[in-house]
Amino acid sequence: MSTVITATINGRTFKGEVEDNELLIDFLRDDLGLNGTRQSCEVEVCGSCTVLVDGLPVSSCCYLACDLDGKVVETIEGLVGTAFHEVLGDAFVRHGAVQCGYCTPAMVLTAKSFLDDERLADEESLKRAMRGNLCRCTGYRAILDALMDVMGSERAAEAGSGR
Amino acid sequence: MKLPPFEVHRPSSLYDASRLLRDLGGDGVPINGGTELLLAMKLGLAQYDHLVDLKRVPELRGVRPISTSVSIGAGMTHRELEGSPVIAEAVGEMPRMLAEVANVRVRSVGTIGGNLCFADPHSDPATFLSAVEATLVLGDGSTSRRVPVDQFFLGAYETVLEHGELLVEVTVPAVPVGTGIAHMRMKVHERPAVTVAAKVTLERDTIVRARLVVGSVCGAPVLPQAIDKLIGASRGTWSERVREVAAASAAAVAPVADAEGSSRYKQALVEVFVRRALDAALANASGFTR
Repeated sequence: MSTVITATINGRTFKGEVEDNELLIDFLRDDLGLNGTRQSCEVEVCGSCTVLVDGLPVSSCCYLACDLDGKVVETIEGLVGTAFHEVLGDAFVRHGAVQCGYCTPAMVLTAKSFLDDERLADEESLKRAMRGNLCRCTGYRAILDALMDVMGSERAAEAGSGR
Repeated sequence: MKLPPFEVHRPSSLYDASRLLRDLGGDGVPINGGTELLLAMKLGLAQYDHLVDLKRVPELRGVRPISTSVSIGAGMTHRELEGSPVIAEAVGEMPRMLAEVANVRVRSVGTIGGNLCFADPHSDPATFLSAVEATLVLGDGSTSRRVPVDQFFLGAYETVLEHGELLVEVTVPAVPVGTGIAHMRMKVHERPAVTVAAKVTLERDTIVRARLVVGSVCGAPVLPQAIDKLIGASRGTWSERVREVAAASAAAVAPVADAEGSSRYKQALVEVFVRRALDAALANASGFTR
């Protein structure tokens, strides 16, 4: 069985048919060729497959593509060239927050979902917000440092809400 | 991993959803956020030919204050409830409990009703809502009945829901002055290894009501009888009694060994977390005593 959906994916309208049992991650990677979304644990634990749906982080490994009807989806590819990407990308590089890079798209997208939220401008809140995104290289310190660097800054707020 | 083939149905009323599920019989299953069901289906632990999507059912949406309680639509996501000022006002501990469920992605799409109906033994909401004496409204669009949360679970992954009957609403009583609530959990992975929730009421520095729920260690939340030892205790004696209740509660539960730990280990956790939860609930209750 299949469903016709209309969704905005990285700013472009997608209208077409998807199989009812197709997972969002397979739709993005296999149908649309958006390979920046990483497949890893496949059970909603590691966070690698995170994308934003209507601004909220979801595990694309356990989300049905047919549920996208009327939704706005952002993947890491959609951030390229935006102010947010520039600000956060710069901070990640400065702090060495990337090693193998496998978790990075998900880290960046998760951060985007709350980086303009002033309530999270302290490290404890930030840790709570980022919990559930696993990184096996950096030990998290560098990632937290990069995020702390841009958290609450006006530049991040601007970059987070606009694009 | 791919999902086996199925058809998704999207009813737009409680009545239609219920009738559809009844017609489909064992081939159909309700789904909302899917954070539990899709996972189980991916892993081959469950298989259904028809998924009845409840996201378009308006009766399952919304948070409303009703005199001294809050009525929460079963289809509200953890994320929506975390940020609800109505809930924060009535039951301050509840948003804090929800903010630690699973992870941020599960909370974005997972619903309070889905969590309860899936009846995973490791559940913060199930434990918390039992402690605060929440009531569930079950219905099919034409009839409904009310069931206290602690009578909803029959065991692991099993509830009193009849086929075609749906969890519509969760009614949570507001916490009155002089009553303290505490929810404690320990989790290493996404699901808690132990969850303890307590509710105590003080009158002139004496405990007049006390309720204790131990979750995530057995098939369903358990309410240790030992909590009755706290009734009548006053400020001078309750810390000693809390220790007795903790020890007796740990002795009374028979935890299921799983990936979160052995039975004996969980028993040790229960003792520690019952003590902490009761201490915290008493501190919260004291803070508002006049």
